[in-house]
Amino acid sequence: MNNRFIMGIYKREVKKEHVNALVRKIKENISQPLRIMEICGGQTHALLKYGIQELLGDKITMIHGPGCPVCVTPQNIIDKAFDLSLEKNIIMTTFGDMARVPGSKGSLLYAKSFGADIRILYSPLDIFQIASENNDKEIVFFSIGFETTAPIHALAIKYAFDNDIQNVSFLTSLVTVPAALKYLLSDRDAEIDGILGAGHVCAVSGYEDYEKLAEEFKVPISITGFEPEELLLGILNCVNLIVKGEHCVINSYPEVVVRKGNEKAIGLINEVFDVFDNNWRGLGVIPKSGLIINKKYEHYNSALRFKISDKDVIINVDCRAGEIMRGKLQPNECSLFGRLCNPDNPQGASMVSSEGACAAYYLYSRNIVNLIGNRKDVLF
Amino acid sequence: MINMDCPLEEKNFETIQLAHGGGGRMSQKLIERLFYPEFSNPYLNQQHDGAVIPIVEGEIAYTTDSYVVNPIFFNGGDIGDLAINGTVNDLTCCGAVPKFLTSAFIIEEGFAVSDLKRIVASMQKAAQKAEVCIVTGDTKVVDKGKCDKIFINTSGIGIIPKGIKIHPSMIKKGDAVIITGAIAEHGITILSERGNINFESDLKSDTASLNKMIQYLLKEIPQVHLMRDPTRGGISSTLNEIAEAASLKILLEEEAIPVKESVLAACDLLGLDPLYVANEGVMSIFLPKNKTERALEILHYFEEGKNASLIGYVLDSNCVPQVIVRNKFGTMRVVEMLSGEQLPRIC
Amino acid sequence: MCLAIPGKIEMINDSLKGLKMAKVNFGGLTKNICIEWVDVKVGDYVMAHAGVAISKVDTQEAENSLKRLDAILSDFNN
Repeated sequence: MNNRFIMGIYKREVKKEHVNALVRKIKENISQPLRIMEICGGQTHALLKYGIQELLGDKITMIHGPGCPVCVTPQNIIDKAFDLSLEKNIIMTTFGDMARVPGSKGSLLYAKSFGADIRILYSPLDIFQIASENNDKEIVFFSIGFETTAPIHALAIKYAFDNDIQNVSFLTSLVTVPAALKYLLSDRDAEIDGILGAGHVCAVSGYEDYEKLAEEFKVPISITGFEPEELLLGILNCVNLIVKGEHCVINSYPEVVVRKGNEKAIGLINEVFDVFDNNWRGLGVIPKSGLIINKKYEHYNSALRFKISDKDVIINVDCRAGEIMRGKLQPNECSLFGRLCNPDNPQGASMVSSEGACAAYYLYSRNIVNLIGNRKDVLF
Repeated sequence: MINMDCPLEEKNFETIQLAHGGGGRMSQKLIERLFYPEFSNPYLNQQHDGAVIPIVEGEIAYTTDSYVVNPIFFNGGDIGDLAINGTVNDLTCCGAVPKFLTSAFIIEEGFAVSDLKRIVASMQKAAQKAEVCIVTGDTKVVDKGKCDKIFINTSGIGIIPKGIKIHPSMIKKGDAVIITGAIAEHGITILSERGNINFESDLKSDTASLNKMIQYLLKEIPQVHLMRDPTRGGISSTLNEIAEAASLKILLEEEAIPVKESVLAACDLLGLDPLYVANEGVMSIFLPKNKTERALEILHYFEEGKNASLIGYVLDSNCVPQVIVRNKFGTMRVVEMLSGEQLPRIC
Repeated sequence: MCLAIPGKIEMINDSLKGLKMAKVNFGGLTKNICIEWVDVKVGDYVMAHAGVAISKVDTQEAENSLKRLDAILSDFNN
């Protein structure tokens, strides 16, 4: 097998010629300006990091969707994690990007400075080693994520249940993509011509739900990967469908995604979680968009095991993260962007993690205009 | 030195106790048994309260740094050689020839004496390689739990040869930017060996003293304008610091920046950007463009410099400070100073 | 949104008791990953996210994608 494409980790081996050919092909196929939304924060990050918007020119506008689970985790749940982490005998564990996102009181890393025992883990399954080494402590995993990560939390919860491991529990804020997508598409003002589906979410969930959405809202959806060629191939397929006026789903990431998804993972989600109306930071409550630990496994729900108060949080009214995440505004059009709001002092959901549209803009494209003008020939 | 200690005490010399930092007989014994034999040199052997060293003519460089790395032993090095190499490299960045180092230890009660021996031996080995003397020091012991195993502070003095002027203000528009080795290996190694995110790899810390190589370079190319070792925050943060100090616009070519494949793979696994990951054995060098080729030739002659590469240029001076990275597709992004610590991410 | 990277199964093991686990090689470094949800053998590639293989990489499809890229490229060269 050719390692270059699948072992996409070797970014340096991405072929410039392939990328250029894809860009030319996309440009060739467009007659009028198009607006394409990428749902996934990882794709937003990659689009900006590789300067793909710059390569595509102004005929295609990439709209950045709400696809960063860290960003959409509501502040009141982060506050709960914050308070819980400061309780006696608690070890709070989570992913690195979640640990730095502030709620109204600050982030978990800030709680650490008050003496909280916060540990960054790569996988929810790593909680069991900590649990066995700390028999006298309660280990909490702050479980966030979309369908990609949800079954992994489910796996850990079921593992604790099956093996009767008592000193672990999970504080969850889990959300699902199709419900949010439906919510965004119901808003006619968004003017979205096509959508890039998130490859790794679909690796788990499959794309049958997306077929219904494409049909209902008359918009083509292209399931797309994350490397430059994969992204461009996804965009090319999406453009072709838009041009032909076809409203269906195309799988542009078939090496990883199949139509039915990963049935074992889906089974586990259904086994451990119930669907509920979840609150998204920046967007509000979206019907049937969240997953919550069900009755059978409720012993492992930190929110039930520990009495933590739940308070509403006041947000900065000037912050326009909601509109940005609905695709109505580009990050640099917000009056707070880069001034009052930056990654060190985020005001809204899309600035809190590097996958958020505002943070990605801040990192990669702030002041990109006038960088070096036409002097691309000066070096090498 | 005549050994007049009671053999019973000898048995109890397996862990560091509070009294080892108390200034009394136990302290004295620790110094005489553990530090003096290893660090032995004419200045230290004077056994004063401080070191008495000869005055030099011209300018000296003087620096200090504290080392608190966790874990204290890691693949490729330990907190000991890190503490020597780091301070030697800081002096080297000033264009100085490092000469004298101090070392101060803050040790947690209960720390294994065998580990301390190992650290001290590794410090001496690093000092010998860099041809510096550890001329004075201090040891304090704190209650268990009041520090994490061991902290080391080293200060250093180096002599700046005539004709060398290394300063951000020396950088000119058009200067070349060279990096002396592959980046990000130290930070990734440390991360991989912290309990919670372990993976197996052949990665090892790049910790090394670079003074020999750089002295050789400066002898032949005294026109070097600036050197800085991109430690915490990686090359992105260091180059931003320099850009800010001298109001520069620096352009890097991403493809030209040397990174090991396994480092890239680790960065992808954990969602990190190698440009922001710490190094301990590489130096960024700013010098006139026409000296680039010769400089690379010299650097490649040394083991520490075998991956040295030209990675970019100074596009403009007296402008809004900015570090820009251009990828192979010709598109550009701005890289910033690291905001907080880089943490592994899932999204 | 979800960082997943491809790796090659090196050895199937029981590094976490009760779950199907494997040592997976990601471009030169190895890590134990749960392979409970994928039907794989040594030498297969998987996409791993947060410690679990979420899908098996279809190498035939990967080849097809590559061929498609090459075809687009040669279209322009001719």
